[in-house]
Amino acid sequence: MSVHTLRIDEKDVSARAGQTILEAARENGIAIPTLCHLEGLSNVGACRLCLVEVAAVGGGTRLMAACVTAAAEEMVIQTDTERLREYRKMIVELLFAERNHVCSVCVANNHCELQDMAVAQGVDHVRYDYLEPTCGVDLSHQRFGLDHNRCILCTRCVRACDEVEGAHTWDVSGRGTLSRVVADLNTPWGASETCTSCGKCVMACPTGALFHQGSTVSEMIHERTRLSFLVDAREKKQWNA
Amino acid sequence: MDQNELRSIVEAERSERRPVQVRVCTASACLASRSREVAGRLRAAAEGAGLGDRVDVREVGCLRLCSEGPLVKVEPEGVLYERVGVDQADSIVGAIGGGTAEARVGDLSEPFFARQLPIVLENSGAVEPERIASYLAAGGYGQLRRVLREMTPQQVVEAITRSGIRGRGGAGYPTGLKWATVAKMPPGRKFVVCNADEGDPGAFMDRSVLESDPQRVLEGMAIAGYAVGADQGYVYLRGEHPLTIRRLRLAIDQARRLGVLGSGIFDSPFNFRIDLRIGAGAYVCGEETALMASIEGRRGTPHPRPPYPAQSGLWGSPTLINNVETLANIPAIVREGADRFAAIGTASSKGTKVFALAGNVRRSGLVEVPMGTSLRTIVEEIGGGAPEGRSIKAVQTGGPSGGCIPAAHLDTPVDYESLKALGSIMGSGGMIVMDDRADMVDVARYFMEFCRDESCGKCIPCRAGTVQLHRMLVRIRDGQATRDELHRLEGLCEMVRHASLCGLGQAAPSPVLSTLRFFREEYESRLIGG
Repeated sequence: MSVHTLRIDEKDVSARAGQTILEAARENGIAIPTLCHLEGLSNVGACRLCLVEVAAVGGGTRLMAACVTAAAEEMVIQTDTERLREYRKMIVELLFAERNHVCSVCVANNHCELQDMAVAQGVDHVRYDYLEPTCGVDLSHQRFGLDHNRCILCTRCVRACDEVEGAHTWDVSGRGTLSRVVADLNTPWGASETCTSCGKCVMACPTGALFHQGSTVSEMIHERTRLSFLVDAREKKQWNA
Repeated sequence: MDQNELRSIVEAERSERRPVQVRVCTASACLASRSREVAGRLRAAAEGAGLGDRVDVREVGCLRLCSEGPLVKVEPEGVLYERVGVDQADSIVGAIGGGTAEARVGDLSEPFFARQLPIVLENSGAVEPERIASYLAAGGYGQLRRVLREMTPQQVVEAITRSGIRGRGGAGYPTGLKWATVAKMPPGRKFVVCNADEGDPGAFMDRSVLESDPQRVLEGMAIAGYAVGADQGYVYLRGEHPLTIRRLRLAIDQARRLGVLGSGIFDSPFNFRIDLRIGAGAYVCGEETALMASIEGRRGTPHPRPPYPAQSGLWGSPTLINNVETLANIPAIVREGADRFAAIGTASSKGTKVFALAGNVRRSGLVEVPMGTSLRTIVEEIGGGAPEGRSIKAVQTGGPSGGCIPAAHLDTPVDYESLKALGSIMGSGGMIVMDDRADMVDVARYFMEFCRDESCGKCIPCRAGTVQLHRMLVRIRDGQATRDELHRLEGLCEMVRHASLCGLGQAAPSPVLSTLRFFREEYESRLIGG
């Protein structure tokens, strides 16, 4: 197995062939923000928060998503430039403006990756119009609920359901800002014939969009480690958490 | 089917040809103005006048001057009739062999035709798109046959590389390099895809090519398949173009029946099969990774490159994706030789480009000119300039991914680099002319609305950014924005451009940035507080 040496934020780093920039960076204690990435799921490069500046051959830099770009020999990468910080801030602001995110009444308050991201990126106000879309809440499932007001369309639930549980109950319908996560062919969750009620989507959700019924403000804690435990158990045969 | 049978089809087609041909355009635009009825009446009139054995009424492809349709051309007399009404059929037939018809006669020596150089469109308006025999009689599939008999795949790739042709879909990637990459991938399952998902507002080139001369594109695909080692091709086109779908389906069926597509083509070991895949009308499916997802039966959303389709495309196999016009050039390049093709155009942009000329011009339609022709020639000479009493303000190229080139830059030659230097792109060939009435802020707003509606929603900058950009543009247009808002607009444009996942998002701010560059005063004059 070959190993590459590259430079991330002025630090020499080694990466196994096939490892992404994100994996190489995290292994070496370099933090790169992500929202759509979740350990154990495939990467889609959709949230664009993990964009890093990679020195281009002809000079200058190229922006590349760290979660889907393979680390290569002699790559020179910057993960935290002023430009990237500004872009990340804008992306988080756009997310807050897109749906109705009201932390103070949210089940995931204090346990929310979007909220943490806003703090980490220094978002103290939103420069864009709040779109205030009308979004439904699906409470048809016995144990879980889906509140579209809090969904950021990261598709972690879609991938967890498809790749870990193997049910593919969730997918996305519509397009653009009108996209919605739907169960089966857009049926109420409770009426879904494919859902196994395993709850992996709820574990995967970064916000309060997917939650346990009966939880109130700040009570919804996603058991993210159970997902990675499952994946590690299956793929690496590691059974000790 | 063997050689002799094919030859006899060609001979029969040629010998049955009657002395006079009345060609009626049946591409979408003329068809919409009842050209099929005109054809029917012309046929009846010819029968009525006892000219049944002398006159052929043929339903051909695009005769190019769309704004003056329905168009009828009489050969070998070389007379073009414009805006032909059903009631003028008798008179047109009466004028055959001398005499004047009571119909408007077009001038074939005028710049609209004289300044064009048809290569891609050489058969357009001459062959019948719904009859393969007509294409065979025009020399069709002769180049595929020659390539299979006389050239190695390597030589074909070399010829395409030497011709210097670049992708006609808009980005201008060297076609030969793309072919070479796919050809060099280890043998195994490979695919050729024809991207016919033409969706730019105001663009109708690829659609016209497919409606006028579908076999040509299929021949180009088969040659590509031989060169790169693929035995399966897909044409991906839009569900909104039913005529294109029908003609292409017919063309594939006919080609398969004659054995010019299928197994052991021209008695060689080469197999090539082509299937259609119809999109459901998402603009983003013109983006190659989204297009492949759609062909595979998944939701049409893009994914990050690399890997590029040439390495890992359809179902993980190396896939060559070329635009309709690129593939339509291939038979001509093979026939005329790479060097003759490379002699046309400029140093870095070879050959011709087909444009769909539309908007505020006197003559609109399909225009094919050598690369390097100035915008002024296309718009003022070929298009005849702005309508009476108006002046040209800007020319929009490249659709929602392109920009607006102001009248002051009309002398710019049309090639990939020059247009890029002006903040626009060659694009696939849409060219919209705007006169002095155009409101450039509203033009930018229109294209942003288009991108907002067509964003697939996968990545945040494009999905949520275009919505905000559109709202800002509406406020600026309506005089409800401050200078601060303009700065915010520019900042967000930069982010969406650099952070979006695919070409749709990355290029969505282009119309805004280009109008800001050349027409900034139209933005600033409307700001609150100046």
